[in-house]
Amino acid sequence: MNINAKTQIQEFRSVGTRPVRQDGVDKVTGRARYGADYNMPGQLVGLVLRSPHAHARIKSIDTSAAEALKGVKAVITAADLPDHADGDEGLLEILDNCMARTKARYDGHAVAAVAAIDEATARKALGLIRVDYEVLPHVTDVDEALKSTANVVHEHATSRVDPEQNVPLNVHATEEFGHGDIEAGFAKSDLIVERSFKAEQSHQGYIEPHACVASVNADGTGDLWVTTQGHFSYRIVCAQLLGMDVSKLRVTSSEIGGGFGGKTHVWAEPVALALSRKAGRPVKLTMSREEVFRSTGPTSPASIDVKIGVSNEGVITSAYAHLRYGCGPYSGVWGMLGAMTAFACYDIENVKTIGIDVRINRPKTAAYRAPSAPVAAFAVESVLDEIAQKLDMDPLELRFRNAVKNGSRSSYGPTFGTIGLVEVLEAVKSHPQLNVPLAANQGRGIACGYWFNIGGQTCTTLNIGVDGTATLTIGTVDVGGSRSSMSLVAAEELGIDYDKVKTVIGDTATLGHNDTTEGSRGTFSSSMATINAVKQAIGVLRERAAKMWEIPVDDVVWEKGCARAVGEEHGNLPTLSLAEIAKEAPNTGGPIAGHSEIVAEGVGVSFGAHICDVEVDPETGATKILRYLVVQDAGRAIHPAYVEGQYQGGAVQGIGWALNEEYVYGADGRLQNAGFLDYRIPVCSDLPMIDTVIVEVPNPGHPYGVRGVGETPIVPPLAAVANAISRATGVRMTHVPMSPPRVLAALENAKVT
Amino acid sequence: MNGIAVSTAINGDDIEFLCRPEETLLTVLRDRLGLMGAKEGCGTGDCGACSVRVDGRLVCSCLVLGAEVQGQVVETIEGMASGDSLHPLQEKFLEHAALQCGICTPGFLMAAKDLLERNPDPSEEEIRFGLAGNLCRCTGYDKIVRAVQDAAQVMRGDAA
Ligand code: FES
Ligand code: FES
Repeated sequence: MNINAKTQIQEFRSVGTRPVRQDGVDKVTGRARYGADYNMPGQLVGLVLRSPHAHARIKSIDTSAAEALKGVKAVITAADLPDHADGDEGLLEILDNCMARTKARYDGHAVAAVAAIDEATARKALGLIRVDYEVLPHVTDVDEALKSTANVVHEHATSRVDPEQNVPLNVHATEEFGHGDIEAGFAKSDLIVERSFKAEQSHQGYIEPHACVASVNADGTGDLWVTTQGHFSYRIVCAQLLGMDVSKLRVTSSEIGGGFGGKTHVWAEPVALALSRKAGRPVKLTMSREEVFRSTGPTSPASIDVKIGVSNEGVITSAYAHLRYGCGPYSGVWGMLGAMTAFACYDIENVKTIGIDVRINRPKTAAYRAPSAPVAAFAVESVLDEIAQKLDMDPLELRFRNAVKNGSRSSYGPTFGTIGLVEVLEAVKSHPQLNVPLAANQGRGIACGYWFNIGGQTCTTLNIGVDGTATLTIGTVDVGGSRSSMSLVAAEELGIDYDKVKTVIGDTATLGHNDTTEGSRGTFSSSMATINAVKQAIGVLRERAAKMWEIPVDDVVWEKGCARAVGEEHGNLPTLSLAEIAKEAPNTGGPIAGHSEIVAEGVGVSFGAHICDVEVDPETGATKILRYLVVQDAGRAIHPAYVEGQYQGGAVQGIGWALNEEYVYGADGRLQNAGFLDYRIPVCSDLPMIDTVIVEVPNPGHPYGVRGVGETPIVPPLAAVANAISRATGVRMTHVPMSPPRVLAALENAKVT
Repeated sequence: MNGIAVSTAINGDDIEFLCRPEETLLTVLRDRLGLMGAKEGCGTGDCGACSVRVDGRLVCSCLVLGAEVQGQVVETIEGMASGDSLHPLQEKFLEHAALQCGICTPGFLMAAKDLLERNPDPSEEEIRFGLAGNLCRCTGYDKIVRAVQDAAQVMRGDAA
């Protein structure tokens, strides 16, 4: 990387190119090993017994018949997972979710598990376990759960109590953000629009089910092979739950077949470890698709009220949102995240948001790509669209008039630094899609979205090989091609070619702690640590060159992958290449490496705007996506093809949620659509090409300007699609997913009223 | 055990195996023969991650019994490249960044190969419908469709 002397702009030779990814050949030939593609000698098959009830007290569990079955090597219940949480309520909740202790709190909650010599035997054993349940009343709807008469999902940890009746509530937490005086703001406004919205629960829908192979030895050491977004975090949590020493558990992350936040929490892994401990043999545990839907983290269902006041010029004078998110039976941060992101795109004088987490008898909510933000944006951006209609103003112009800029005070507190929302809107404005004419029953929707992105603990090692190639070991799991981005960064910094660097993911024994790949932190944080590690290695390379030349190290600089002597005395020496220095390493001081251990700071927030064109069939209520555009600020795109991929993939997940995806619970509290046939994610024939524009407003907090890009793409789609359908039909959509029956009902309803 | 003896040809090699009557072809491939390129995303025929060909027909191997392939010809992702040289579809998937996590990739490649062998010059719509039985949660399909279009062109021998 060079700085252009005239323009002061960074110039790159590797960053920004689109080479073939380094783990690619394994993945197109079927050789890449995912969670279920690994076996250990003597391994058993583990299976989990799950509650058929949404809420039930477990009176007793009789495992004797299962234990007596030939070929069964271990049967466990909560009794085999004693409480090592030491008063840590959060940890105890994780344990309770992995294996129900006194009550089953949702349909699919694990109550027992077996390990047997093969699947058929394990399945038979599950059928022999007798659980005596006392079925309790349940609640699966967020607004129902909020009523103080509703059944209490989790009695102990309930942190809010009804002050009048002194009974516990299903409210886990309430968070409030904002500034100014919203009442005064509303009093000043020329137009106020107020509406309520509902979003059904969706699942991350990664194609690879959870899978692991666990091996615990008699000496208290263990190995865990697992598909995860964060093997270091899994190690800590699993070791704590099992009462093991953290350093004695070695966790290796397999290739991961999608996560989107859903593989940031442990579910089956502690169970597999406990089975292995009891059986004295390795245990492989793979979830079925049905188990994935019933028992692993969907995102929150939500219910939201929004009120926005504007002047006749379209300037927001006041904004208020009350956001209620289901968090499953345990604690959550989802209300807080919704309340923080709801108005983050806009510079508002008076703003207030209240976010609430509500306990319900559904699976424990997990993060799903910018968790909580998509439905908050759905509500807010829908109201803004309606305001634009009422003011007869271009909806894009309305966003321009209120967009946050450098130095704007955010709706949730901090003041923004260098941000790119205006640049994103400019790019939208000049995009040809806006000029494509629309026919009858067609509509165009626009929506903006925001995500914080995070940094966190990160650790990398760069080792120089004898031939001058380099191996980079990183600890952030590569979910979508980030290893190649890291090789590009290392190549850039070292001044060598991309194909001379190979990046691998280290296991927990290889590197220091790395936080989980979540919050769009992987590429941001690991690239920062990579740059540091390379700089350190370059320091060593300069020393070795100085030794070879027998000159002071201060007279050696690193340029274009070579050591060059400078100064009058030595300036005429021929350069020494990386390969030449590496070859001499045994004689000049041994292996050459660089390390970096950091808490990555300087995170750059990210904004995006989406434009969606739809056609709605008024007979069936079915929506067809005609065109779709994603514009987002990436700060600096290291590997643009994979940045585009994040934009497209996030947008399509959002489209799926907007149009089809939802958890359907029966009156009995059971999930009715735990499979890909009835929980319908978008398929190829549902979609057009997804157009992208990468805007680059460099993040000053990162040496190359990188911002995380993974999550913001799922924030605008719900609103963009809803606004498009609302404009196509003339009826405001307030409930996602906007499946054909729901759209049809809305159209019928509008005719009646 | 009540194993059924099965003789079949997989990727050109004669293979014999024993399996239980209820065992799926996917289980046989993965657990008995070590061919783990076919993935289990659902086990119910809804995701296409387990796609293979049996006697030239594209199938979800999770819906076929192992015993059914007696005397038939099975093609899996492991046989798609010839030696060191990748199939044009494999090349183009890499070139177009048509995979992110890659778990769906073997299934898509098998389905795309089947499609292009039946229809060497498909329209975008034909590709989208031809691949509608395969789920991808990462890419939004855009780059997959482009990779297939490009590979089709190469396979037809058209000038790029
Ligand atoms: S695993 Fe066979 S179709 Fe999903
Ligand atoms: S690349 Fe992940 S499912 Fe397709």
